[in-house]
Amino acid sequence: MSAKIEYLKNEIRVRLDGEIDHHSASIIRLSIDDAIIHKRPKSLVLDFGSVSFMDSSGIGLVMGRYKLMRTVGGKIKVQNLSPSAYKVMKLAGLERLGELKQKEVV
Amino acid sequence: MKIINEMKLCFDSRSVNEGFSRVAVSAFAAALDPTVEELSDIKTAVSEAVTNAIVHGYREKMGKIYITAAVTDNNTVRIRVRDRGAGIENIEQAMQPLFTTLGGERAGLGFAVMESFMDKIKVRSKPGCGTTVTLEKHILGKSTE
Repeated sequence: MSAKIEYLKNEIRVRLDGEIDHHSASIIRLSIDDAIIHKRPKSLVLDFGSVSFMDSSGIGLVMGRYKLMRTVGGKIKVQNLSPSAYKVMKLAGLERLGELKQKEVV
Repeated sequence: MKIINEMKLCFDSRSVNEGFSRVAVSAFAAALDPTVEELSDIKTAVSEAVTNAIVHGYREKMGKIYITAAVTDNNTVRIRVRDRGAGIENIEQAMQPLFTTLGGERAGLGFAVMESFMDKIKVRSKPGCGTTVTLEKHILGKSTE
């Protein structure tokens, strides 16, 4: 699991890569939070395009970042979810917290 | 319903084994020729059950997690995840969506995910003795795609 963090004007983009579970989520969480606290962006984009597996730990990852973004006055966007990851997030009702987008099928 | 193939796994309750165990079970279930979605449902449910055993069953302590998996002649996979950890006082409460004893970033949706991704779930537990979660899923397979 890795997280590549890009800084744009007023936005942080995080490209997640690999498998998200209880084991890996705790590691990437810290680096994302660090970026948010330092840059205080208007928007945080979590790109799940290269995530090959996700269980309910992904819900905690999104919910936790949502809360932190709210304290800095920004919004969260979740993009490129696989059908399976989308199913998990919908189960938690995460579409109420921010934009939730599935991977486009080509 | 006759068992046509069976396997057993035993491993340490280290979080690094979450990945190993779900991949091992899904590779075993692959004999039923599941769709990508069915396979991912099984992986997710196993990951939830094993994570529960690690974070709730054994908490900070190290213990063994036992998985047995079986496939039956009517294309069903049955997975049993067992720990000898703390056990659950109130199973009904533990299975409520959003209920968690840990807080932090655990969403409290582990059982909800297992319930929605598998056909059947059974939880047996005795405080002080451990917990067994049995998961079942009928595999329709690629032929139905």
